[in-house]
Amino acid sequence: MNRRLKLFIPVLIFLMMSGFLLFGLTRDPSVVPSALVDHPFPQFSQPSLYPEQGGYSTEDFLGDILLVNIWGSWCPPCHIEHPFFLEISETQSDITFIGISYDYSMVEDRLFLEEKGNPFDHNVVDLDGSLRIDLGVTGAPETFLVDQNGMILLRHIGAVDATIWKEKFEPLLDQIR
Amino acid sequence: MMSRYLLIIAISLVSLPGFAAIEEYAFGSDLDEERFKKLTYEMRCPKCLNAPIADSDAPIAADLRAEVFNQIKEGRSNDEIIDFMSSRYGDFILYRPRLTMGTFFLWFGPALLLLAGLVTLRRMMVNSQSGQSEAVLSSAEQETLQKLLNSDSDK
Amino acid sequence: MIPELGNFTLVLALSLAVLLSVVPMAGVYRNNELMMRLSRPLCSGVWVFMVISFGCLAYAFLNDDFSVAYVARNSNTLLPEHYKFTAVWGGHEGSLLLWVLMVASWTYAVSLFSRSLPLDILARVLSVMGIISVCFLLFMLFTSNPFDRLLLNTPAEGTDLNPLLQDFGLIVHPPFLYMGYVGFSVAYAFAITALLTGKLDAAWARWTRPWTNAAWAFLSIGIALGSWWAYYELGWGGWWFWDPVENVAFMPWLVGTALIHSLAVTEKRGVFKSWTVLLAIAAFSLSLLGTFIVRSGLITSVHAFAVDPERGLVLLTILLLVIGASLFLYALRAPVVKGSASYTVTSREVFLLINNILLVVATAGILLGTLYPLIHEAINGEANMVSVGPPYFNTIFLPLMGVLVLFLTVGSISRWKKTSLSYLKQQLAKVAIASIALGILLPLVITREVNIPIFIAVSLALWIVFGILRDIQVKTANKGNIFQGLFSLSLSYYGMQIAHLGMAVIILGICLTSHYSVEEDVRMAPGDSIDIGSYQFIFEGVTRQPGPNYDADRGEITVLKNGDPYLTLRPEKRSYFATGAVQTEADIDVGFFRDLFAALGDPRGDGAWVLRIHFKPFVFWIWFGAFLMAGGGITAILDKRYRVRDKANSRIADSGKTADLVMESV
Repeated sequence: MNRRLKLFIPVLIFLMMSGFLLFGLTRDPSVVPSALVDHPFPQFSQPSLYPEQGGYSTEDFLGDILLVNIWGSWCPPCHIEHPFFLEISETQSDITFIGISYDYSMVEDRLFLEEKGNPFDHNVVDLDGSLRIDLGVTGAPETFLVDQNGMILLRHIGAVDATIWKEKFEPLLDQIR
Repeated sequence: MMSRYLLIIAISLVSLPGFAAIEEYAFGSDLDEERFKKLTYEMRCPKCLNAPIADSDAPIAADLRAEVFNQIKEGRSNDEIIDFMSSRYGDFILYRPRLTMGTFFLWFGPALLLLAGLVTLRRMMVNSQSGQSEAVLSSAEQETLQKLLNSDSDK
Repeated sequence: MIPELGNFTLVLALSLAVLLSVVPMAGVYRNNELMMRLSRPLCSGVWVFMVISFGCLAYAFLNDDFSVAYVARNSNTLLPEHYKFTAVWGGHEGSLLLWVLMVASWTYAVSLFSRSLPLDILARVLSVMGIISVCFLLFMLFTSNPFDRLLLNTPAEGTDLNPLLQDFGLIVHPPFLYMGYVGFSVAYAFAITALLTGKLDAAWARWTRPWTNAAWAFLSIGIALGSWWAYYELGWGGWWFWDPVENVAFMPWLVGTALIHSLAVTEKRGVFKSWTVLLAIAAFSLSLLGTFIVRSGLITSVHAFAVDPERGLVLLTILLLVIGASLFLYALRAPVVKGSASYTVTSREVFLLINNILLVVATAGILLGTLYPLIHEAINGEANMVSVGPPYFNTIFLPLMGVLVLFLTVGSISRWKKTSLSYLKQQLAKVAIASIALGILLPLVITREVNIPIFIAVSLALWIVFGILRDIQVKTANKGNIFQGLFSLSLSYYGMQIAHLGMAVIILGICLTSHYSVEEDVRMAPGDSIDIGSYQFIFEGVTRQPGPNYDADRGEITVLKNGDPYLTLRPEKRSYFATGAVQTEADIDVGFFRDLFAALGDPRGDGAWVLRIHFKPFVFWIWFGAFLMAGGGITAILDKRYRVRDKANSRIADSGKTADLVMESV
């Protein structure tokens, strides 16, 4: 290569790097997508939040569109999204709403649902913590959309509201309905 | 504006690397303890601002540490534990990036660059030996030099 | 009123900085001496106004003026006085002000200590530095003004400084770090000047060296302080995590080290000129890149400033201007500064070139690893993000440094232009044998373990130390007695050896502490004890202690050495009033040969607590080594050649010519 041309290598490398830096400015580094999107919902077998109702396992839910919400009464954004879930669990009748809560707050969670209402068709308790890990959950609240074949389509971290529902959930729902 | 900063501070304080990661584990053997340390330092806390699960006090980090501990106790290998974690949390959770097509240049880039450097070195040495002469001062410059040296020594 | 003054002086500083960027440079091309001479007073003006502005912000903090938004976000009436002052640089806007103050200070310093510089060179250098001031003053005034007010809703109380920052480390780490970062702008300005004039000779190298050494020394201290601070504050016993923020401080340092060595070659032998220019541009560019990455929201780090990407865009534009334009200028003008001396395969030139190649490859590796998650996501999409952490960086960096150390001793003992292999063998054969032999025997005898990494590390460190001793022996061999010999060696020579010794000390510190630290996480009830080595740690219990702006649980641990009372460790767990944040403060007994470290975990009921006890041997050597390096750099600056030659240079400068003087080797 011509010696003179080689001198342009540094500036070219810098421009290339700037391109990546510019790209970096457009995205939020703290948003980490789920590894389970386009993968099947993990096999599980956990008890219900209400012991008299027995337990649940994956087979119970195959064939339905599922909205799975990881929540806890100790989690402030869960309180914020609660009314919205109450609302859409009424209006979206073809979706089965499943709430997954934590083993260490069962009493408080039951009380919360009693006082504020229960949007979930089924309440699962992740008794040994394995379901959370199998779902790649990093905290609460997290919401998963699962299609009729048991494939996870979407994982949303944080509270869900009308805007997020419209922008992220509805397009996918339209595809599978 | 202020509330945003408050929120950021609050969030960052929740997931700082810190000491609540101090737990007492009863390991089966020293090797188990070594493996636990190695694995928990090589896995990233998914919720934190760049910290290994070994040092984070976020609840998820505590959960993952417990999971690693249990799997070591059950006799799983390091690779199995790593695969378990990355299939659930993505390669994001691995501080040691896997060698894939996508990370080829990451792992081999520096070596390639070193090679390029050595080639350049060779080229420079060949150039410097073939026919490049010493810089020679012109006679006018020699005079100036002499004058300066003389005046220096007169100090 | 005072905040307004602070803001106004920023504007004044900007105006003068604009003049500084334009007038002297125009003066050079119009051959107008008055315009060129204006550079010095303009520098003073910018500096004075920056000092006043900084003073105004400090005043606002010390007087709890919460009508200034930045003060409200970073302070609190209960905050101790000295932290109120250092809170000035506790957040983005204020630390940026400190940054610009540093630029103004270095520019001013160059204008003061440049009697021997020809006027046209000085004018160019100061103009280039003025451009940097202008860029960052504009950035500050338009996007990150620390003097923005909350006049309508002035809070009665501030949000408090982040508890992590309420610490001695905050007092010292940023100022030293910024002195280093910004100091490389001097070498940068000299490099741009060389490209503009087309003249890059021994005189140019000699002007640039002291400034580069000073910046490098400050940066060494700044990085060491940051590492030490993380060690005792975040206190997992770690002191380096290859976090992006740490990496962006380390990269300019590595390139700065290469630059120092390249400058030496250019000064002595007039070769590697275009490499030196490129390294000078690269060092400051990496400083700017660091400033950008940390403040742009690009990466996740506990250390990153909470800043939005819009500001990041402005910073990126500054980068494109400053770095892009200078690299483009380099591509156009580098051939003009080509050198022409020759050297053989085994000469000091070649060994220093190898040294620089290794440093640059290491830097590139770190840059690649730091940016790779971003690059991977850009190419492969968001679905599968990767992380790059210590396992990668250690794998790439450590072997390169090992090879570098091998060449370090060879390079420092070899001669310019030509060094025969037999000469090298004669000088270094015994050094090599002694290093390897003791490198294996000492650890083996003391620890009775076979540990290959330790053998390698100790051998390498001894290779440096024995190499230094051998070189001194060789250089003083023909003097009357040993004292005469030592006296005859220059400060520049001693600076080099002290810095290299610092490197050996760091290597030992890092490897010994990594391998021989003992860490115990245990549940202890009052009265329980554990043994580590010859130390016994007895847990006495936890009491409640109030602090100025926090409440603390304080643990008491009595330490016995060989059974005798030795000292007490008092780790705390603090709850800060303003934010409610809980923070653990470890107690560390710092010793030259070992640190003893204790931290409180969580209570377990009945007065029992989980405790972390560390025994960390030689960890102090890491920071001691860094300080040695910095000391070596400063020692080299004090060499008389930078002062005596000034007289000759002043005459040359005044006569308007710059001659290539033949240099004698050290």
